[in-house]
Amino acid sequence: MAGAREIRTKIKSVANTRKVTRALEMVSASKIRKAQDLMKASRPYARLMRQVIGHIAHANVEFKHPFLVEREHVKRVGYVVVSTDRGLCGGLNTNLFRRLLAEIREWQNKGVEVDVVCIGQKATQFFRRLKVNMVGSVTHLGEKPQIAELIGVIKVMLDEYTAGRVDRLNLAYNDFVNTMTQKPTIDALLPLPPSEQLASTHAWDYLYEPDAATVLEHVLTRYVESLVYQAVLENLASEHAARMVAMKAASDNATKAIGSLTLVYNKARQAAITQEISEIVGGAAAV
Amino acid sequence: MSTIHCDIVSAEEEIFSGEAQMVIATGEMGELGIAPRHAPLITRLKPGQVRVQLASGEEQFFYVSGGMLEVQPTVVTVLADTAIRAKDLDESAARKAKDEAERALSNRTDALEVAQAQAQLAQALAQLQALEKLRQSLKH
Repeated sequence: MAGAREIRTKIKSVANTRKVTRALEMVSASKIRKAQDLMKASRPYARLMRQVIGHIAHANVEFKHPFLVEREHVKRVGYVVVSTDRGLCGGLNTNLFRRLLAEIREWQNKGVEVDVVCIGQKATQFFRRLKVNMVGSVTHLGEKPQIAELIGVIKVMLDEYTAGRVDRLNLAYNDFVNTMTQKPTIDALLPLPPSEQLASTHAWDYLYEPDAATVLEHVLTRYVESLVYQAVLENLASEHAARMVAMKAASDNATKAIGSLTLVYNKARQAAITQEISEIVGGAAAV
Repeated sequence: MSTIHCDIVSAEEEIFSGEAQMVIATGEMGELGIAPRHAPLITRLKPGQVRVQLASGEEQFFYVSGGMLEVQPTVVTVLADTAIRAKDLDESAARKAKDEAERALSNRTDALEVAQAQAQLAQALAQLQALEKLRQSLKH
């Protein structure tokens, strides 16, 4: 009967694992909603910010901010990488990193160096093993990321850009399409892509207080920050969605494993009973 | 009576949206009162109150810890900061992010990670042994 008992322990352990994966699945399902609410709440700011930037692009700005000017020679590229803090979320981070690595290789083959700042534990762990220059990192943003926690990493990159060490800045994150689909996305942050609207018919300009340079600097910095913040929220929603799907698959697999183990267990039990009966019968016959 | 549309938002939430007779805020160069059909203007805000006089004559107060104010002839937009911002604070945040990266780079083989990997290895070995035993006992 030793075999049967071992199988029974195995079944119990798989059942315990299933309990854990079920619980994680349900936790993630409830967290997706909260993350989506956060995403929704941050949208008006981004929309109005875009509107203001659009107005500025329309207005006759006498001053060209470096964030708006495309540089001819690209010697170094910066990436802001948004990842999760925890694992068990399927291929979410891996897919993003794979996409990113391909791009980084491409730059490196052209002789362009790459700087990264990492948001989230997974990106930090991944990039410190690579031959790229990690200049900033922030981890453990939690379930309700605050823009205040992101200021540091963003400033590191913006300073590099302003100083001319980095000539292009991109943002890598997982775009939350829906619960089943998350798309690894790499967007250009700086220089700001030119707005598609044509110049307005009549010339006008803002009254700037205190002056155009200061105000523009302020607006553009906030704009970049809001883009990164949105990416972090998108990534958070993606994380929970991916974890829910992964845990659901794990629970289903556990159920299957329990089914087949039960079959094996019953067979072993029956074999033992048959053996016992035949022994008894054999013994009786001998007497 | 003419009104001006006023939106107050922060990066983390929408704070106010509606028609106003007048919007009063503390700009960097001083107090500003925005009435309908004001000339286009853009300014930074100091930490302080934003007062919105609604069409009904009622007044609402909002506290902002800095941000921006944009005026178009029919729209006032306040983009509020949620965090208190100052040059020094931003610098120290940036320094912290850099330190964090250096710390991550310096201890390449994190003690915790090694422990985690070892635990996983032990678990996998135990499982393999159990499976092997199972297979043998089933053969008999």
